[in-house]
Amino acid sequence: MSLQIGVPRETFPGEKRVATVPEVVEKLKKLGFGVLVESGAGEAANCGDDAYRAAGAEVVPDAATLWSRADIVFKVRAPSADEVARVREGQTLVSFIWPAQNPELMQQLAARKATVLAIDCLPRQLSRAQKMDALTSMAGISGYRAVIEAANAFGRFFSGQITAAGKVPPAKVFIAGAGVAGLAAIGTAANLGAIVRANDTRAEVADQVKSLGGEFVKVDYEEEGSGGGGYAKVMSEGFQKAQREMYAQQAKDADIIITTALIPGKPAPKLITAEMVQSMKPGSVIVDMAGEQGGNCELTVPGEAVVRHGVTIVGYTDLASRLAKQSSTLYATNLFRLTEELCKTKDGVIDVNMEDDAIRGLTVIKDGAVTWPAPPPKLPAAPPPAAKPAVPPPAPKGHGHGAGEPMSAGALATVFGIGALAFWFVGAHAPAAFLGHFTVFVLACFVGYMVIWNVTPSLHTPLMSVTNAISSIIVIGALVQIAPPESGGGRPDEVIRWVAIVGIALTSINMFGGFAVTRRMLAMFRK
Amino acid sequence: MSSSLVTAAYVGAIILFILSLGGLSNPETSRRGNLYGIIGMTIAVLATVFGPRVTAAGIPWLVGAMVVGGSIGLYAARTVQMTQMPELVAIMHSLVGLAACLVGFASYIDTSITLTGAEKTIHEVEIYVGILIGAVTFSGSVIAFGKLSGKIGGKPLLLPARHWINLVGLVVVIWYGREFILAKDIASGMTPLIVMTVISLLFGIHMVMAIGGADMPVVVSMLNSYSGWAAAATGFMLSNDLLIVTGALVGSSGAILSYIMCRAMNRNFISVIAGGFGTGGGAPAAKGAGEPAGEVVSISAAETADLLREAKSVIIVPGYGMAVAQAQHTVFEITKHLREKGVNVRFGIHPVAGRMPGHMNVLLAEAKVPYDIVLEMDEINADFPDTDVSMVIGANDIVNPAAQDDPASPIAGMPVLEVWKAKTSIVMKRSMASGYAGVDNPLFYKDNNRMLFGDAKKMLDEVLGALKA
Repeated sequence: MSLQIGVPRETFPGEKRVATVPEVVEKLKKLGFGVLVESGAGEAANCGDDAYRAAGAEVVPDAATLWSRADIVFKVRAPSADEVARVREGQTLVSFIWPAQNPELMQQLAARKATVLAIDCLPRQLSRAQKMDALTSMAGISGYRAVIEAANAFGRFFSGQITAAGKVPPAKVFIAGAGVAGLAAIGTAANLGAIVRANDTRAEVADQVKSLGGEFVKVDYEEEGSGGGGYAKVMSEGFQKAQREMYAQQAKDADIIITTALIPGKPAPKLITAEMVQSMKPGSVIVDMAGEQGGNCELTVPGEAVVRHGVTIVGYTDLASRLAKQSSTLYATNLFRLTEELCKTKDGVIDVNMEDDAIRGLTVIKDGAVTWPAPPPKLPAAPPPAAKPAVPPPAPKGHGHGAGEPMSAGALATVFGIGALAFWFVGAHAPAAFLGHFTVFVLACFVGYMVIWNVTPSLHTPLMSVTNAISSIIVIGALVQIAPPESGGGRPDEVIRWVAIVGIALTSINMFGGFAVTRRMLAMFRK
Repeated sequence: MSSSLVTAAYVGAIILFILSLGGLSNPETSRRGNLYGIIGMTIAVLATVFGPRVTAAGIPWLVGAMVVGGSIGLYAARTVQMTQMPELVAIMHSLVGLAACLVGFASYIDTSITLTGAEKTIHEVEIYVGILIGAVTFSGSVIAFGKLSGKIGGKPLLLPARHWINLVGLVVVIWYGREFILAKDIASGMTPLIVMTVISLLFGIHMVMAIGGADMPVVVSMLNSYSGWAAAATGFMLSNDLLIVTGALVGSSGAILSYIMCRAMNRNFISVIAGGFGTGGGAPAAKGAGEPAGEVVSISAAETADLLREAKSVIIVPGYGMAVAQAQHTVFEITKHLREKGVNVRFGIHPVAGRMPGHMNVLLAEAKVPYDIVLEMDEINADFPDTDVSMVIGANDIVNPAAQDDPASPIAGMPVLEVWKAKTSIVMKRSMASGYAGVDNPLFYKDNNRMLFGDAKKMLDEVLGALKA
């Protein structure tokens, strides 16, 4: 028996999105599910009932029918009181819930003994979860829309132009918070030709800001603001003071400010004060994307665009909804990916597997039992602060200064000529015993030559001290003189012995000292 | 222990010595290399002591001598400051030289060695040459030690007609060498030998006295080479292959180092040894026609800290001034601080920076700077144009653009670190005095250069304080 997925019409005033679109209905049917759509659910997102029907969905006339027949309900906004009342025991609801902000809703849903998957509770740090990450897809759309809203309210071009009618300076856009929404806003504003600056408490996003064409503005204070899960954390008092100064400065300079700063489970930080708004040029625009959580600007009126001190402050809380078709499509795809995870057998039956990190995080109520908050996933994707840029190991290369340019043929011939002459001279005059030693000597010089060229220049001092230690091999000369078997018989034993003893003592200083100091030096060389 | 067994042990020791030097090709393997050297030396000494050439009567004497010498050596090795390494190495060279002289004299008066004909002549030549090299090494190293430790001024002592003095000395040495070989008995050969030794000692003193401070890396490595040749000569004298091979290894090592140092200064070996280049430092540059034009812009420690903080990549070029001021630990603190902020900090090391080969590397290693951010001149020179700040600490000639731009400059053609190609260069110096080469530095007058005057350690401490504030 296959389960029925129900998609009701969103009841929140002004909400234009819908939880699934006809393209995705087909895919859901392939997984084995039946799909019920409330009549008119997709109208605001340009998805008519006929399109749903054509895709294989059954269109039901009203919400009551839908809620009573569906086994699984896909929604966008958290359910209203009326909708909660329709939830049946054993039903599964997939929606934005925001459990931290809506404790009452959680209690009511638990009382209905349903299973609730909150798409906003997805463990975003799991790379496997990214395809289901509706927060990211919605934030990206909001960021784009925020720039469009700003452009709409702003009385000038974004890009600088030189026209016959005069020179147009480019707009200066400052974006507070470089999360997904902020980055989307940076890219959009930069593409429109504005000068874009952005700030974030997480220093590691600086490169992302730059890659999208923005300039990263640092707060002149040392503190790492990464709070895990891709969110920022609350910063210290000293940092906030430095940050306020920086914002005040940016406010004076910027034409458009877009704020995206959110901290999970907390009211949005008040970054832009009334004085800062006053200091802005008349005609400037602030788009406060944190309106729903109270706003980043003190003068924001959530859900409205107001003009204060000559500055338009846009506090819309439905930015994603204003791009209903786009956001519905992306949201529907996110939910489809989630359905795939829930239904690995593709037989139209879901299995809420609490062993799966992603599913565990999403599930806030399981059969009437509150399971939120989920324990942190077992595998933290990245070790939090130690994300220092790893220095790539340098490519292995020969060191030393050898292998220079080959000698010219003439010079080489001269060297060989002189060498040959010298060897002939030695060979012609020296006795055999000497020649043996001579051979050893010449070969040793060559071995030394080859070995030394390979010594890395950074170790030249240890090389000198170790060769110095090795040269105390001369102690052998003194050792064999101290008391050889030929002692006595007119040999001045006493004198030689004392000379040899002094020689041994001197070279011992060298030998022990040389090796010890080399050891000490080499122990210091570390990566 | 039979003499064949001793020979086999010597071969083992030779192999260990070669491995020891080979190990130094990489910091990873260098510690093992040193261990090979210690094992090789132990094998060689034990094989000799228990071999046929040493009777039991000698053992108490030699053990006593080694204990005394070894204790002094270990004490010195433990207490020496890393900035004093050049002095330590120099004084140790002198010990090898002195030992070579002593062994040579002892070998000459040893009547138990009876040779005739060509073999006697060769043996005597070997003694003569061995003592000669030993004596030059000894006196030269003592003077080098004095210069490096500041007991003798760094200014080259240039006697009038010094080349002629050397030449006369050489002629006298050769003439007495002939007298020595022709001498009928030991007593009559002693006079030429002692005269030659005195001349060699004087020659060693004169040679090193004539060389200026900046050329000390060449001198130190040259003396290193000599101590090896002295050991090799002793090996010929005693017909001992172990001494010959080891001496040759050490000798060629020092020779190659000298060559590398000379090339790094674009000078040839003969001209360095002949001396007469490089002053004691400290004298402000003479105002001459070649005076570089422009303003010297000085900077405060706080401004330096600002520049460093805003930089993305920094290259630090240390020189002898850092060693003198013992500033390497502060340099490391600054490096650590900047690296934690994501600034790419690296070090550029000129081959002749400091007073001996590899001097800067040892100091930075002592301060715990990871060796993979310490790069050679050739590796880093191409990176200066992409660098925001290059910081020169107590170096001068090795960053002098005149070496490239001004063919008339005394250091023209010397390879230098191109710090002026960075967006900003900061030079830390005590005053506007010129470097050891006595050449004014046009770098100081460049538009993108800033001067941070003061003692390197003190100023760097201030910079660090400002960075942390």
